[in-house]
Amino acid sequence: MAKVAMTVNGRKVSRECEDRTLLVHFLRDQLALTGTHVGCDTSQCGACVVHMDGKAVKSCSILAAQAAGSEILTIEGLAAGGDLHPVQAAFKANHGLQCGFCTPGMVMTAVDMINRYGAKLDEKTVRENLEGNICRCTGYHNIVKAILAAAEEMGAAGRQAAE
Amino acid sequence: MYATNYHRASSVADAVKLQSSSDEAKYVSGGMTLIPTMKQRLAAPSDLVDLRHVAELKGISVDGNRVRIGAGTTHYEVSTSAELKAVCPAICHLASHIGDPHVRHMGTIGGSIANNDPAADYPSAMLALGATIVTDRREISAGDFFTGLFETALEDGEIVTAVTFEAPAKAGYSKFPNPASRYAMAGVFVAKGADGSVRVAVTGAGSDGVFRHEGMERALAANWSPEAVAGVSVDAGGLLSDIHGSAEYRANLVKVMAKRAVAAA
Repeated sequence: MAKVAMTVNGRKVSRECEDRTLLVHFLRDQLALTGTHVGCDTSQCGACVVHMDGKAVKSCSILAAQAAGSEILTIEGLAAGGDLHPVQAAFKANHGLQCGFCTPGMVMTAVDMINRYGAKLDEKTVRENLEGNICRCTGYHNIVKAILAAAEEMGAAGRQAAE
Repeated sequence: MYATNYHRASSVADAVKLQSSSDEAKYVSGGMTLIPTMKQRLAAPSDLVDLRHVAELKGISVDGNRVRIGAGTTHYEVSTSAELKAVCPAICHLASHIGDPHVRHMGTIGGSIANNDPAADYPSAMLALGATIVTDRREISAGDFFTGLFETALEDGEIVTAVTFEAPAKAGYSKFPNPASRYAMAGVFVAKGADGSVRVAVTGAGSDGVFRHEGMERALAANWSPEAVAGVSVDAGGLLSDIHGSAEYRANLVKVMAKRAVAAA
């Protein structure tokens, strides 16, 4: 057991946990942030994706202790007040989900790829960057559409802010 | 996962000290193989020594033709390095196709080669580029480093700190990923050195891990073209045979991947 401290969604947190505790269990069980899901538990499906120091990672394959001292962003940290994040809004508008189980990981992955590629994002790149996220309902088409729509909107918002 | 004790190393010397204080300690870098393996209880180190925060293991430097990649450099960093792209785009291409984006943000080149998974991508690049594996106590040529399935020349407690190689005149990598796991069923890295020497290394297909194919090397040294590879026979003996593909199927894949790698170089 050791005290693990990190910043989660802008808030400093510290909890006692076993060294073998996975980051996803730290978030769900210790912090009650159950938006991050455990799908396959074998690093394949991406339902557990969160951002660690600004990069998308699989929280089921990282120990909480490895993440100590880092900045974590989970699905709960995306929306500003009552307003959905543009990626969340785009998933809703484009029917980018059915059962919704994979959605937190899909959205966090989408935000990560938009951060990396910005307006250069095209369909092929989106599909390549969804390699680590599995959805068993949608067939991916609407997820891809949602991400492209969000990228375009975020690009436009960024351009407006710059002007 | 069985219980373990986590330690964060601040330097290579600190890591060696931490590792030597326990009989069953293991180093963890990105942990993209080790943590899932521990979750399946296929590994149960009493102690984990985390190398991810060791600054001296990080970074890429290119000095003329001399390339040095710190062992703690992630696949993402290799895949997006403008310096590397300028002198050896093939290794950036290889790194950009390991696992998925999330894995590439964590996994490191040092972790990959120290693990020497028979289907990992990097070992083929190291062998074909004639790389030198630098550790905390010596330098080992890639040819001597990879010794079998998940086996390397590393001694107990030895840490890979960097890899170095001369930028090749030409290089290319092509792999056929398993449709489910995305690990290479056959991956071929071809490289032509500045001195004209050719090396061809194959991963994913060998039953004893990564290996060089001398027949293709001779053919490509005489004629650097995909057609030159077409005439070379690849022996199915010594290749993996499993539910994903027979040794004969893999032998054909090796040839096809080699042709594509040369075409891409």
